[in-house]
Amino acid sequence: MGDAEIIPIGTRGRPGRGTGTQPSSAARGLAPKSPTKPATAATKASPRRAGPVTDPAAPAAPSEPTAPAAASTATRPPARTEERHPLAGVPGSDWLAAFQQAALEVFGEQWEPQLARFLAFLRRRVTGDYVVDEYGFDQEVTQRFFMAALRPIAEKWFRLEVRGIDNIPAEGGALVVSNHSGTIPVDGLMTMVTIHDQTGRFLRPLGADLVFQMPLVSSLARKGGATLACSEDAERMLRGGELVGVWPEGFKGIGKPYAERYKLQRFGRGGFVSAALRTGVPIVPLAVVGAEEIYPLVGNIPGLARVLGVPYLPITPFFPLLGPLGLVPLPSKWLLEFGEPIRTDDYEGGASEDPMLVFNVTDQVRETIQQTLYSLLMQRESVFR
Amino acid sequence: MAGDGRVVLVTGVSRDLGRKAARAIASEPDVARVIGVDVVPPRGDMGDVSFVRADIRNPVIAKVIAKEDVDTVVHMSVISTPGSAGGRNTMKELNVIGTMQLLAACQKAPGLRHLVVKSTTTVYGASNRDPAMFTEDMEPRRAPRAGYAKDVAEIEGYVRGLARRRPDLRVTLLRAANVIGPHVSSPITSYFRLPVLPTVLGFDARLQFLHQEDLLSVLRHSVVRDVHGTFNVAGDGILMLSQAARRLQRPTVPMPGFAVGGLGSFLRSARVADFSPEQLSFLTYGRGVDTTRMREVLGFEPRYTTAEAFADFGSRLPVTGGRSEKVLSALARQLPDPDARPRPETASDPAAVTAPGGARRG
Repeated sequence: MGDAEIIPIGTRGRPGRGTGTQPSSAARGLAPKSPTKPATAATKASPRRAGPVTDPAAPAAPSEPTAPAAASTATRPPARTEERHPLAGVPGSDWLAAFQQAALEVFGEQWEPQLARFLAFLRRRVTGDYVVDEYGFDQEVTQRFFMAALRPIAEKWFRLEVRGIDNIPAEGGALVVSNHSGTIPVDGLMTMVTIHDQTGRFLRPLGADLVFQMPLVSSLARKGGATLACSEDAERMLRGGELVGVWPEGFKGIGKPYAERYKLQRFGRGGFVSAALRTGVPIVPLAVVGAEEIYPLVGNIPGLARVLGVPYLPITPFFPLLGPLGLVPLPSKWLLEFGEPIRTDDYEGGASEDPMLVFNVTDQVRETIQQTLYSLLMQRESVFR
Repeated sequence: MAGDGRVVLVTGVSRDLGRKAARAIASEPDVARVIGVDVVPPRGDMGDVSFVRADIRNPVIAKVIAKEDVDTVVHMSVISTPGSAGGRNTMKELNVIGTMQLLAACQKAPGLRHLVVKSTTTVYGASNRDPAMFTEDMEPRRAPRAGYAKDVAEIEGYVRGLARRRPDLRVTLLRAANVIGPHVSSPITSYFRLPVLPTVLGFDARLQFLHQEDLLSVLRHSVVRDVHGTFNVAGDGILMLSQAARRLQRPTVPMPGFAVGGLGSFLRSARVADFSPEQLSFLTYGRGVDTTRMREVLGFEPRYTTAEAFADFGSRLPVTGGRSEKVLSALARQLPDPDARPRPETASDPAAVTAPGGARRG
């Protein structure tokens, strides 16, 4: 041998995978040197070794004197494998700089007080040092999180266009009555964001009892300001000067097939009108165009819906087919128009006990919304634009 | 009315709240004498209250009322925890049969003018169909089928029956929210004394509390004041269950409703906590009561709000969580103070669900 220089590729020393008795070359490279072995191994120089590699099992290159090599290998501490954290080598000052840069990026020039304020907010949440009203409405978290999460959807995805926002009174109780559509009550959420952003008031929605039965939805609804749609709560809120939102079509409205879009369903039993009459607050009709197209409801599984205890189980062109991706709403263009407030305070005392009057006012509200829907549909260029 | 030297009979004085109520009523200047009645003698100091050992479940109580010339009866002997009474059957018998006997005796006592019954807001139940705030004339959305709530509903029915049959009798029915205080032992306080709170996943109950001292003062108030009717009694404001757990610095473990129920019955049988079955729906949906009538008709103003009552209860409890609060406050100390912000003493850890090995008071 010695006529050709053999360069092992990828392994150090003898290549090989290792057998039962002989460890593999990679393992040999890792293993600590035993102090006795090099002394004996140093005598038989390995001709196949080439390159400046220190192999613990194999001796040093033949040209080297054997004695110093043996001595040095004997005193060398055993090689250890040590897991290195990928972030270990970064010095502290770099960390600080990066953190400051990030804070500057997120909070702007005044990052220190901003961050301190944010921390104070976090601490308030963590210590429970905040106030909820008697319906469980948590104003802080609604403003900071729910609205912030919904706002981009309203502005960028559905490109909401609002008309007649001045019809919402600046203060005092009022009842916003809207059409309901869209398979999932997204229209309610969008209305809440819009009213908050444009007027600074919080819309307090009235929800069906199913909302308060479902886990997670129930606690989110209460935190967001909703309460049960019953006459007691509606009147209590209106007397308290809140802006209350009601969708009298209920599940009939959001669960109607796509073919019946923009056709108002029955407006309940007119309970919302009685509540408004009893408290003397104005009724603001609201027509929402665009929500019908976000999840076009083309089918229903009534049997399974009954088993699950929900009013309907929707099938949209995308929903069970594309799985979770089908839950992304179609980006339809939305138009919201708040109509002229309908006054209820000039009726005499027992007006709410007069069913005929209640039905008449209900029909008036319903007709107003229906007409507004038709005119908005005429003005709309297309569903998505 | 305020007749000179009223004689008040208080039932259920062997328990802490009953004994304290009897003492509180005895301290009223209008009251000449207070007689405490129970099956077992009270453990603590009774002060001026004279104790008569009698079982309200048998007609002896009528003799006590007649002999002592009692004009006011304060019925406090409604037990909410089956554990303390020695089983659900005993509890039901004490509550329902005891009240029937007592009310029968009241009906037969010509000198009796006033009956005060301590009831509870549990009669409203707790469900997803509840209005946000119950007023006194609302009914529970689902009639209670078992347990304490059913006992109380029956007791209230008997009290209304008596009020109908004895129109000359002034009947004051006080529906107290969950009574809380450092020494109160009730299902809700034993729940909050757990080192880790099991909560129902996806639900956040609205809670209302009444401080123990406010309960005592409302009892005193209604004994001496000439008021008739049913009143909700609760501290102002609402606490959410999650908020309450954070204020207590208690870690919470959200789990499905049935698991909380199962854990509750396990804790009950293990005698760790008196977790009553109807508490599950309360911890799921919560309940709020309207106290307008308490203020306007009864003329009573509680000294503690719900949050203050809860803070007073929590101040004596050992802390079992609060790690994230410590981290946040350490961070906040590094930063300049932008504006004077409150630094609350209480803190908690909502995220940590690890069971801490700290001290526990079951």
